[in-house]
Amino acid sequence: MAKAPQVAKTVTRADLAEAVYQRVGLSRTESAELVETVLAEISDVLVNGANVKLSSFGSFLVRSKSERIGRNPKTGVEVPITPRRVMVFKPSNIMKGRVNGDVVADEAE
Amino acid sequence: MIKSELVLKIAERNPHLYQRDVENIVNAILGEITSALSRGDRVELRGFGAFSAKQRRARQGRNPRTGSQVKVDEKAVPFFKAGKEMRMRLNNGIDLGE
Repeated sequence: MAKAPQVAKTVTRADLAEAVYQRVGLSRTESAELVETVLAEISDVLVNGANVKLSSFGSFLVRSKSERIGRNPKTGVEVPITPRRVMVFKPSNIMKGRVNGDVVADEAE
Repeated sequence: MIKSELVLKIAERNPHLYQRDVENIVNAILGEITSALSRGDRVELRGFGAFSAKQRRARQGRNPRTGSQVKVDEKAVPFFKAGKEMRMRLNNGIDLGE
Protein backbone atom coordinates (compact mmCIF):
# COMPACT_ATOMS: atom_id res chain seq x y z
CA MET A 1 0.00 0.00 0.00
CA ALA A 2 1.30 3.41 -0.92
CA LYS A 3 1.29 5.97 1.84
CA ALA A 4 -2.26 6.74 2.83
CA PRO A 5 -3.45 10.09 1.49
CA GLN A 6 -4.24 12.79 4.02
CA VAL A 7 -7.96 12.68 4.71
CA ALA A 8 -9.69 12.17 1.37
CA LYS A 9 -11.95 15.07 0.58
CA THR A 10 -14.93 15.39 -1.70
CA VAL A 11 -14.63 17.60 -4.74
CA THR A 12 -17.84 19.32 -5.83
CA ARG A 13 -19.11 21.67 -8.52
CA ALA A 14 -17.69 24.59 -6.53
CA ASP A 15 -14.16 23.14 -6.81
CA LEU A 16 -14.57 22.56 -10.55
CA ALA A 17 -15.76 26.17 -10.91
CA GLU A 18 -12.69 27.31 -8.97
CA ALA A 19 -10.44 25.32 -11.34
CA VAL A 20 -12.11 27.02 -14.33
CA TYR A 21 -11.77 30.41 -12.63
CA GLN A 22 -8.03 29.86 -12.05
CA ARG A 23 -7.37 28.69 -15.58
CA VAL A 24 -9.59 30.95 -17.70
CA GLY A 25 -10.04 34.65 -17.05
CA LEU A 26 -13.75 34.54 -16.26
CA SER A 27 -15.65 35.72 -13.22
CA ARG A 28 -16.42 33.17 -10.49
CA THR A 29 -20.12 33.38 -11.31
CA GLU A 30 -19.57 32.71 -14.98
CA SER A 31 -17.12 29.91 -14.20
CA ALA A 32 -19.81 28.23 -12.11
CA GLU A 33 -22.37 28.67 -14.88
CA LEU A 34 -20.05 27.09 -17.41
CA VAL A 35 -19.43 24.04 -15.21
CA GLU A 36 -23.20 23.63 -15.12
CA THR A 37 -23.49 24.09 -18.90
CA VAL A 38 -20.85 21.45 -19.60
CA LEU A 39 -22.49 18.89 -17.29
CA ALA A 40 -25.94 19.67 -18.67
CA GLU A 41 -24.76 19.29 -22.24
CA ILE A 42 -23.16 15.90 -21.53
CA SER A 43 -26.33 14.76 -19.72
CA ASP A 44 -28.61 15.85 -22.57
CA VAL A 45 -26.58 13.99 -25.18
CA LEU A 46 -26.73 10.82 -23.07
CA VAL A 47 -30.46 11.16 -22.42
CA ASN A 48 -30.91 11.45 -26.19
CA GLY A 49 -29.20 8.08 -26.47
CA ALA A 50 -25.78 9.07 -27.83
CA ASN A 51 -22.40 8.36 -26.23
CA VAL A 52 -19.92 11.06 -25.20
CA LYS A 53 -16.22 10.41 -25.83
CA LEU A 54 -13.84 12.80 -24.12
CA SER A 55 -10.30 12.07 -25.30
CA SER A 56 -7.69 11.54 -22.58
CA PHE A 57 -10.52 11.46 -20.01
CA GLY A 58 -12.91 8.65 -20.90
CA SER A 59 -16.29 7.80 -22.42
CA PHE A 60 -19.80 8.02 -21.05
CA LEU A 61 -21.90 5.31 -22.63
CA VAL A 62 -25.62 4.57 -22.52
CA ARG A 63 -26.50 0.89 -22.35
CA SER A 64 -29.93 -0.68 -22.75
CA LYS A 65 -30.53 -3.56 -20.38
CA SER A 66 -33.21 -6.13 -21.03
CA GLU A 67 -35.34 -7.62 -18.27
CA ARG A 68 -33.62 -10.11 -15.98
CA ILE A 69 -34.38 -11.93 -12.77
CA GLY A 70 -32.92 -10.47 -9.63
CA ARG A 71 -33.07 -11.66 -6.07
CA ASN A 72 -33.57 -9.79 -2.86
CA PRO A 73 -30.30 -10.67 -1.15
CA LYS A 74 -31.90 -10.51 2.27
CA THR A 75 -34.98 -12.64 1.70
CA GLY A 76 -33.93 -14.64 -1.38
CA VAL A 77 -37.19 -13.73 -3.09
CA GLU A 78 -36.89 -13.55 -6.89
CA VAL A 79 -38.05 -10.32 -8.48
CA PRO A 80 -37.97 -9.26 -12.12
CA ILE A 81 -35.66 -6.33 -12.89
CA THR A 82 -37.40 -4.22 -15.51
CA PRO A 83 -35.66 -3.25 -18.78
CA ARG A 84 -33.86 0.06 -18.43
CA ARG A 85 -31.19 2.35 -19.78
CA VAL A 86 -28.08 2.88 -17.70
CA MET A 87 -25.10 5.19 -18.01
CA VAL A 88 -21.59 3.79 -17.63
CA PHE A 89 -18.21 5.47 -17.61
CA LYS A 90 -15.19 3.87 -19.26
CA PRO A 91 -12.01 5.64 -18.16
CA SER A 92 -9.34 6.24 -20.77
CA ASN A 93 -5.92 4.65 -20.39
CA ILE A 94 -4.55 8.09 -19.65
CA MET A 95 -6.90 8.55 -16.72
CA LYS A 96 -6.19 5.03 -15.44
CA GLY A 97 -2.49 5.83 -15.59
CA ARG A 98 -2.84 9.17 -13.83
CA VAL A 99 -4.92 7.66 -11.05
CA ASN A 100 -1.99 5.30 -10.49
CA GLY A 101 0.56 8.06 -10.34
CA ASP A 102 1.77 8.28 -13.94
CA VAL A 103 2.84 11.83 -14.62
CA VAL A 104 2.61 11.54 -18.38
CA ALA A 105 0.76 8.83 -20.19
CA ASP A 106 0.48 9.28 -23.91
CA GLU A 107 -1.27 6.14 -24.97
CA ALA A 108 -3.86 7.32 -27.45
CA GLU A 109 -7.52 6.38 -27.11
CA MET B 1 -20.33 13.18 -29.45
CA ILE B 2 -16.63 13.83 -28.99
CA LYS B 3 -14.83 16.54 -27.05
CA SER B 4 -14.38 18.91 -30.00
CA GLU B 5 -18.11 18.70 -30.76
CA LEU B 6 -18.94 19.42 -27.14
CA VAL B 7 -16.64 22.45 -27.23
CA LEU B 8 -18.25 23.69 -30.45
CA LYS B 9 -21.76 23.34 -29.08
CA ILE B 10 -20.92 25.27 -25.91
CA ALA B 11 -19.05 27.94 -27.88
CA GLU B 12 -22.12 28.43 -30.10
CA ARG B 13 -24.26 29.08 -27.06
CA ASN B 14 -21.70 31.49 -25.56
CA PRO B 15 -20.84 33.80 -28.44
CA HIS B 16 -18.81 36.07 -26.14
CA LEU B 17 -16.26 33.29 -25.57
CA TYR B 18 -13.52 32.20 -27.91
CA GLN B 19 -13.57 28.54 -28.86
CA ARG B 20 -10.12 28.33 -27.31
CA ASP B 21 -11.55 29.52 -23.96
CA VAL B 22 -14.28 26.90 -24.08
CA GLU B 23 -11.66 24.26 -24.79
CA ASN B 24 -9.72 25.43 -21.73
CA ILE B 25 -12.89 25.37 -19.63
CA VAL B 26 -13.75 21.80 -20.62
CA ASN B 27 -10.14 20.71 -20.05
CA ALA B 28 -10.01 22.46 -16.66
CA ILE B 29 -13.13 20.57 -15.54
CA LEU B 30 -11.97 17.17 -16.77
CA GLY B 31 -8.43 17.79 -15.52
CA GLU B 32 -9.67 18.70 -12.05
CA ILE B 33 -11.74 15.50 -11.87
CA THR B 34 -8.71 13.39 -12.86
CA SER B 35 -6.42 15.23 -10.41
CA ALA B 36 -8.91 14.71 -7.59
CA LEU B 37 -8.99 10.96 -8.26
CA SER B 38 -5.21 10.74 -8.38
CA ARG B 39 -5.06 12.49 -4.98
CA GLY B 40 -7.47 9.87 -3.68
CA ASP B 41 -10.37 12.32 -3.46
CA ARG B 42 -13.93 11.64 -4.50
CA VAL B 43 -15.81 13.87 -6.94
CA GLU B 44 -19.50 14.28 -6.28
CA LEU B 45 -21.64 16.10 -8.82
CA ARG B 46 -25.22 16.03 -7.56
CA GLY B 47 -27.69 15.01 -10.23
CA PHE B 48 -24.93 13.88 -12.57
CA GLY B 49 -22.96 11.28 -10.66
CA ALA B 50 -19.91 10.58 -8.55
CA PHE B 51 -16.36 9.60 -9.47
CA SER B 52 -14.12 7.67 -7.10
CA ALA B 53 -11.01 5.52 -7.30
CA LYS B 54 -11.40 1.96 -6.08
CA GLN B 55 -8.39 0.12 -4.72
CA ARG B 56 -7.66 -3.28 -6.23
CA ARG B 57 -5.34 -5.59 -4.32
CA ALA B 58 -2.28 -7.22 -5.86
CA ARG B 59 -3.12 -10.63 -7.25
CA GLN B 60 -1.68 -13.57 -9.10
CA GLY B 61 -2.87 -13.32 -12.70
CA ARG B 62 -2.37 -15.46 -15.75
CA ASN B 63 -1.33 -14.65 -19.25
CA PRO B 64 -4.38 -15.97 -21.12
CA ARG B 65 -2.27 -16.83 -24.16
CA THR B 66 0.50 -18.81 -22.51
CA GLY B 67 -1.11 -19.72 -19.20
CA SER B 68 1.98 -18.56 -17.32
CA GLN B 69 1.49 -16.90 -13.95
CA VAL B 70 2.12 -13.18 -13.69
CA LYS B 71 2.09 -10.90 -10.68
CA VAL B 72 -0.46 -8.10 -10.93
CA ASP B 73 0.41 -5.19 -8.65
CA GLU B 74 -2.15 -3.42 -6.53
CA LYS B 75 -3.76 -0.54 -8.35
CA ALA B 76 -6.51 2.06 -8.23
CA VAL B 77 -9.32 1.95 -10.79
CA PRO B 78 -11.46 4.99 -11.64
CA PHE B 79 -15.14 4.32 -10.97
CA PHE B 80 -18.28 6.28 -11.81
CA LYS B 81 -21.77 5.91 -10.42
CA ALA B 82 -24.58 7.76 -12.17
CA GLY B 83 -26.62 10.10 -9.98
CA LYS B 84 -30.27 9.57 -9.21
CA GLU B 85 -31.46 12.36 -11.49
CA MET B 86 -29.43 10.94 -14.40
CA ARG B 87 -30.80 7.44 -13.81
CA MET B 88 -34.33 8.83 -13.86
CA ARG B 89 -33.80 11.00 -16.92
CA LEU B 90 -32.50 7.99 -18.87
CA ASN B 91 -35.75 6.17 -18.12
CA ASN B 92 -38.39 8.74 -19.00
CA GLY B 93 -38.31 10.28 -15.56
CA ILE B 94 -39.22 7.05 -13.81
CA ASP B 95 -37.26 6.04 -10.71
CA LEU B 96 -36.43 2.36 -11.26
CA GLY B 97 -34.10 2.20 -8.28
CA GLU B 98 -30.38 1.41 -8.41
